[in-house]
Amino acid sequence: MSVTDVKAAGQRPGTGAEAAARRGSRERLAALFRAELILLGRNKAALFMTLLMPLIMALAMRQAVSEMPLQANGLSVGTVLLPGTIGFVLLFAVYSSVTGSLVTRREELVLKRLRCGELSDREILAGSALPAVLLGLAQIVLLAVLGSLALDAGAPRSPHLVVLGVALGMLIAVAMAAASTGITKSAEAAQLTTMPFVFVSMGGSGMILPLDILPDKIANILELLPLSPVMGLVRDGWIGGGDLTETVKRLVIALVWAGLAVFAVRRWFRWEPRH
Amino acid sequence: MDIGDTSERVIDVTGLRRRYGPSGGGRKSKKATAAFEAVRGIDFSVDRGELFALLGTNGAGKTSTLEILEGLAAPTGGTVRVLGHNPYTERAKVRPRVGAMLQEGGFPAELTVEETVRMWAGATTGARPVGEALATVGMTQRKDVRVKQLSGGERRRLDLATATLGRPEVLFLDEPTTGLDTEARHTTWELIRELRAGGTTVVLTTHYLEEAQELADRLAIMHQGRIATAGTVADVVATHPAQISFELPPGYTPGDLPPLAALGVDGHETAGRTLRLQTSDLQRAATGLLLWARDEGVELRGLDARSASLEEAFLRIAKGLEDK
Repeated sequence: MSVTDVKAAGQRPGTGAEAAARRGSRERLAALFRAELILLGRNKAALFMTLLMPLIMALAMRQAVSEMPLQANGLSVGTVLLPGTIGFVLLFAVYSSVTGSLVTRREELVLKRLRCGELSDREILAGSALPAVLLGLAQIVLLAVLGSLALDAGAPRSPHLVVLGVALGMLIAVAMAAASTGITKSAEAAQLTTMPFVFVSMGGSGMILPLDILPDKIANILELLPLSPVMGLVRDGWIGGGDLTETVKRLVIALVWAGLAVFAVRRWFRWEPRH
Repeated sequence: MDIGDTSERVIDVTGLRRRYGPSGGGRKSKKATAAFEAVRGIDFSVDRGELFALLGTNGAGKTSTLEILEGLAAPTGGTVRVLGHNPYTERAKVRPRVGAMLQEGGFPAELTVEETVRMWAGATTGARPVGEALATVGMTQRKDVRVKQLSGGERRRLDLATATLGRPEVLFLDEPTTGLDTEARHTTWELIRELRAGGTTVVLTTHYLEEAQELADRLAIMHQGRIATAGTVADVVATHPAQISFELPPGYTPGDLPPLAALGVDGHETAGRTLRLQTSDLQRAATGLLLWARDEGVELRGLDARSASLEEAFLRIAKGLEDK
């Protein structure tokens, strides 16, 4: 905002106006967040996907993980299962859930209507994704606490890597969700269109099979998948591994994917249904 | 420097064009069809406090125009100013001062009426209290009902309540009464009149002539992406002639009538045996014609004489331009 514009708008120049703008933005986000939270609470399918699916997956995996040759690679059931479950939270509670709700809002013309108002595009997307992100975070914290106590994983040795991994994971999951709406016609179709990313990530990003126990050639390729660096960071955080080069490499891969997804959203996101 | 606020002109549109690309992007784009130009160079302006109606048949370009004014899309060509700003690139400056109602929908089906208004109130600068907004549109009794259970009329009223939450200076209404029954339509008209009386500038689209005639200070009739005519209802009607039509009596040709110019008839057309005369002086032309018929002792079957009306003007514009 230039000085003349501020004067024309009859506002005090400088921090006063900026603070007011920030407060406005926070209020708008909070309003959208509250509405989306109510809607999530009323959508049983989404609630199941968000709250139960990650746990069900973790329980289903437990037996298989306990039979893997883990000790040789410095892993344990806990350090495979916990990061894996955090991955499932990212996939089901965040990615699938946000894709579904954004598509539903688009088809109901809610997104278009919101764009007629004061919310910026970024606020609309952030506010729509926020309930899923916060519920996902709550689950991850709960998992980390319970898992550290109940499984043999113990507390994370490098918690900052776990935090970094989860933060990047949230960013990628939300950005990929918004990008996925471009190929999704309806909430029902979302169940289908979210499958590729879900399966590729589950199979190839070390959520079920840690990349460490795979042959190097395959592992080197799978490391480039969007959620592989996230899983790597979280696992490193738990077992305390991860030298700086490795961490930087993971950061770069994760940020490239986040950047690509954000670019795709900016370029192709549709705010209203196709007729 | 741009001083939109001191001027009485609130909306300024010059040479506006909007094209929908062949590869999506636009609302009306159909797969694999060529680019389609929905708005083909239109100019108009709206002054503060005016109620301006864009009138036209479906597909005339009304909604495409309104979406540009609302800042939902950038024009392909021309310039648009709302309150002195570009509504698309200067969204943050324009939005707090305008309200909009889409042609349909826009609310999550599973929220209640009150939850919906509360959400919008949180996202609107200087919003009225939720209870007051609901009372204004008579929805207080329905506040706990989910949006999906509302009737079409109730949805429109909820829509109007959210569009006017921030007491906007400018209000955009896209076909505010389409699909409503007569009573709901009149209620909506009453609400719109009250807003206008309160100083709100209103731009609405409609394909109901009656609606434009009832509400609009000025209107523009759009046809195939262009403005065919614009002005007050009286202006628009005045540019169109009154009309007399009748069946020519058996054995008569148009040449048997008295000289048309002497009757004050400006033009005529025939369709089968039916003759249509256009005149800007209906009384003189009708008198001349009827005196002639009495003198000849013939009956003019299907005789119909009518002053120009908005409907007549509208139909002639639609037809006239199609013929080109």
